[in-house]
Amino acid sequence: MKRISYQYLGMTMFTIATLAFVSLSFWVKSEFTRSNLQNAIGANHGGLIPYITALPAMVPANAVPALSKTVEAYNKAIIDEKGISESLANDLINFARTNPGQYSEALLNKVLGADTRRKAIALDYTGWMMGNHWNSEEFEATLKSKIADVNSTIAEEFGVGKGSRDELISTVLTASAPGWIKSGWMALLIFGLAALGGLIYIIPDISRKPGIHHNGIYHNKMQTRQWPAWIVFAFLVGWYIVLYQFPAFLTNQVALLEPLSRGMSGGASGRWFLYGFMYCLAMLVLGIRMMIKYRGNAYQQVRTVSVLFFQIVFAFTLPQIMTRLQMPAYDLKNAWPLDYSFFFDYRITQMLEAGTLGLFLLVWGIILFAVGVPLLTYFYGKRWYCSWVCGCGGLAETVGDPYRHLSDKRLDAWKIERWLVHGVLGFAVIMTVLVLYTSITGEAELFGLNSYGVRSSYGFFIGFAFAGAVGTGFYPMMGSRVWCRFGCPLAAYLGFVQRFKSRFRITTNGGQCISCGNCSTYCEMGIDVRWYAQRGQNIVRSSCVGCGVCSAVCPRGVLKLENGSESGRINDNPILIGREGITLNL
Amino acid sequence: MASTHTVIVGNGIAGTSAARYLRKADSYARITLISGESEYFFARTALMYVYMGHMKWEHIQPYEPWFWKKNRIDLLQAWVESINYATKILHFSNGKTLTYDNLVLATGSKSAFFGWPGQDLTGVQGLFSYQDLQLLEANTPAPGITSHHCRKAVITGGGLIGVELAEMLLTRGVEVTMLVREGHFWGNIITANESEMIAEHLRSHGVKLMLNTELKEINGDEKDRVKSITCKNGEVIECQLVGITTGVKPNVEFLQNTDLELNRGILVNEHLETNIPNVYAAGDCAEIRDPRTGRRAVEPVWYTGRMMGEVLGLTLSGKRTAYLPGPWFNSAKFFDIEYQTYGEVRPISAPDHAHFFWRKPGTEKFITMTYHPETLVFQGINTYGIRLRHGYFDEALRKGLSAAEVAGRIEAANFDPEFYQQWPKSFKAAFAESTGIALKEFNTLQKLFKK
Repeated sequence: MKRISYQYLGMTMFTIATLAFVSLSFWVKSEFTRSNLQNAIGANHGGLIPYITALPAMVPANAVPALSKTVEAYNKAIIDEKGISESLANDLINFARTNPGQYSEALLNKVLGADTRRKAIALDYTGWMMGNHWNSEEFEATLKSKIADVNSTIAEEFGVGKGSRDELISTVLTASAPGWIKSGWMALLIFGLAALGGLIYIIPDISRKPGIHHNGIYHNKMQTRQWPAWIVFAFLVGWYIVLYQFPAFLTNQVALLEPLSRGMSGGASGRWFLYGFMYCLAMLVLGIRMMIKYRGNAYQQVRTVSVLFFQIVFAFTLPQIMTRLQMPAYDLKNAWPLDYSFFFDYRITQMLEAGTLGLFLLVWGIILFAVGVPLLTYFYGKRWYCSWVCGCGGLAETVGDPYRHLSDKRLDAWKIERWLVHGVLGFAVIMTVLVLYTSITGEAELFGLNSYGVRSSYGFFIGFAFAGAVGTGFYPMMGSRVWCRFGCPLAAYLGFVQRFKSRFRITTNGGQCISCGNCSTYCEMGIDVRWYAQRGQNIVRSSCVGCGVCSAVCPRGVLKLENGSESGRINDNPILIGREGITLNL
Repeated sequence: MASTHTVIVGNGIAGTSAARYLRKADSYARITLISGESEYFFARTALMYVYMGHMKWEHIQPYEPWFWKKNRIDLLQAWVESINYATKILHFSNGKTLTYDNLVLATGSKSAFFGWPGQDLTGVQGLFSYQDLQLLEANTPAPGITSHHCRKAVITGGGLIGVELAEMLLTRGVEVTMLVREGHFWGNIITANESEMIAEHLRSHGVKLMLNTELKEINGDEKDRVKSITCKNGEVIECQLVGITTGVKPNVEFLQNTDLELNRGILVNEHLETNIPNVYAAGDCAEIRDPRTGRRAVEPVWYTGRMMGEVLGLTLSGKRTAYLPGPWFNSAKFFDIEYQTYGEVRPISAPDHAHFFWRKPGTEKFITMTYHPETLVFQGINTYGIRLRHGYFDEALRKGLSAAEVAGRIEAANFDPEFYQQWPKSFKAAFAESTGIALKEFNTLQKLFKK
């Protein structure tokens, strides 16, 4: 494909913006000044501030271990003050060794003497042990474990608990990012440069006539798994690994969006806010590309507007507004089991605690997957979700579009697909059953499966590795729908309905197919569309997301996505129009 | 008893369809499918997309390599040099031989060259085979790879292959001039209105269309490479490539001077049997002795090849079946404009053949519908930029429905994707007004039922 010179300028701008974005992890240091931290940490941990301000400025990756140590030190100080300090513990244990079996207030007086404060703490926490007769070993062990319990409770309550530690550290890091990063101007510069560069690259295509713009795709290194594709591949996979596993590296990038986050949700920016924002921006820019590419194809354009709307409004903006209104943040279009944490205890609790609206969200979420999904899929096929509403689908249809032809069309790939995608659905169902079982009964184990273990492995293997790193990272290698095709449990569920009880099909136009292969090549789901088209058979495959590109690229007008009567939808013994006599079912 | 050995020469759509139908109808037959051109069956009509980078060579092969083993269709890549019908032995150019019980000749077409001076120069070629595609790659190298650079091309012949070649070359930045002998592009097939619209579309894509112009000779340089052409009117046009797309002819030269009866193609009856027992022909190379009304003796199109192959497969399995093609249909694409045709649309109207031409205002979407001016029976339709249902017109033609009904219910034939602007209303109004025929539309009940 011939490019105009300023299109290279656009590409350069985009590359510079990307490099600048990445470089923020390596040279922009967090400065731990009191004024930066005061608001972020808030009154709860005001005592932590002197500890942190003593740290030197560091890049975030180094700051994470340093801050962890600092938080430990802070917790220790809190325990010394409010809990059973190490010295008090030693005193008590020594006392127990010399006076087995006689733990009483009178004896406590002897040990602690006039130290009324420590005596009061000891009484508070170990009073229940008095009056019993202990041998020294048993007493010592009980005392030790009790002290540990007490101290961790204290740390959770007054210090920084395990659960909130990571969150606090990321808040501290965001707050410590230099002011110029958080001003909003840098975000405008970096994201603006990237978006503008992308648009400069994309917009000139508007001068081309409407029609199928696939010239040169298989001559393009970026779109045929050659070195530029490998760079994008490495970058995307790396991005997901860092995002999920090493978020501290993204501190400064997160801080870029601080003003936007404050403006939208009222809260601090976080990695998922950053991710959501970039997701929307990438979809928007490449959505514009789709709108230009498919001038003259209303189906593609309407569909593109739809996925952009649902991503930007439903997935990104509404949850921020809900947070601002102190409601549970919820993506209203995200259905279980794609939204695999829907039935997790913390989310149920969150919803139940949010009054009428929370209850509505809970009911909405259940109706969505139990009634909405099968009903809409019956009328329109799974496309209503996968290529019109879904965020993952939306990314695939915009950002992933340049790679759509890389999906594997071989029969073997289809076999693997069926095992994998239905396997993940089974995994999601089992995991959800276990989680519900645990929240109802309080038991962690069912049939030898530990619900916490299953849940965390689902989160790691499916939520992070499959949906994120592989699902999007593999765009330049395996096409845009790796996750949707091989991994998405909701797609598997929608697929059952589409295959067995739906009005949707892709109709083939009599005998007009010339077996050219454009439909199969550009099917992002790896369906060998031609196989059906050349034998005059309707396509009712469960994996079809109804993107409509097979129909768009067909040079002879053979394929049409339709909703219609169920009778005749599945024609296993199709007749190719054109001659008289018998036709065999090949 | 050893199973019958059917040997099929040519793995195009006709030969492959024959092999597939035979296998389906007879699990025991031994089948050998021979081609010198390519190891596997491919969609000939899709060669252009490989050149343009829409697909790779393997993408235009409709079946994966395992398919042939699974269906026990033996593939043999070799060129047949001669056939001994008496001993039933094929002789290959590599010296080997093969014995057959039944022989299918499905050798396809080749580009027709008409003996122009200079037609053997380097840079002169047709576009039909895989080898032609490779030759085109060699003739149009990317700038800087070799000292030769193809900047300009002349295509002679205004047919479908010519348009494909023009589109292909333009994607590589080669300037294209098309010489068309007639005063209208594809004027012997489509109507003048249509031809003008298509010509305008070609021009808008940068094709320099020269109507009423014929090639006289091709001029070479000192290395016997094309440097220009001379038209019959004396005009000289500089070019580095000459595309000969003045039609195709049955590929039967190597079969000449034997007992096999040939005319333009291999003569066959309606059972696709030649004059020699156990020898059959199908596809582009076959010439039907007595074609059905509305069909031609030689039809070098994909669909005919496929249907003949299907029928022949059945015959070879022992169920002797006649080739009875239904109403004519075809399709093509002129750059961005898709074209479909059903039934009969002659280029010029006649006392027994009325035309109705309609264009959606301001677009490149248009339709020509034909009917008998007296009986008002629907005869055929050409559609451009609008997709129509094959089944709708096939039924209308078989049943001899009236134009009033076919036009009146045309929304049922609309095959455009969803959300496309609806055109049937405007089409119907124009049809009624222009022809004075009262439309026979769906009644309310039928409309409801259709929903």
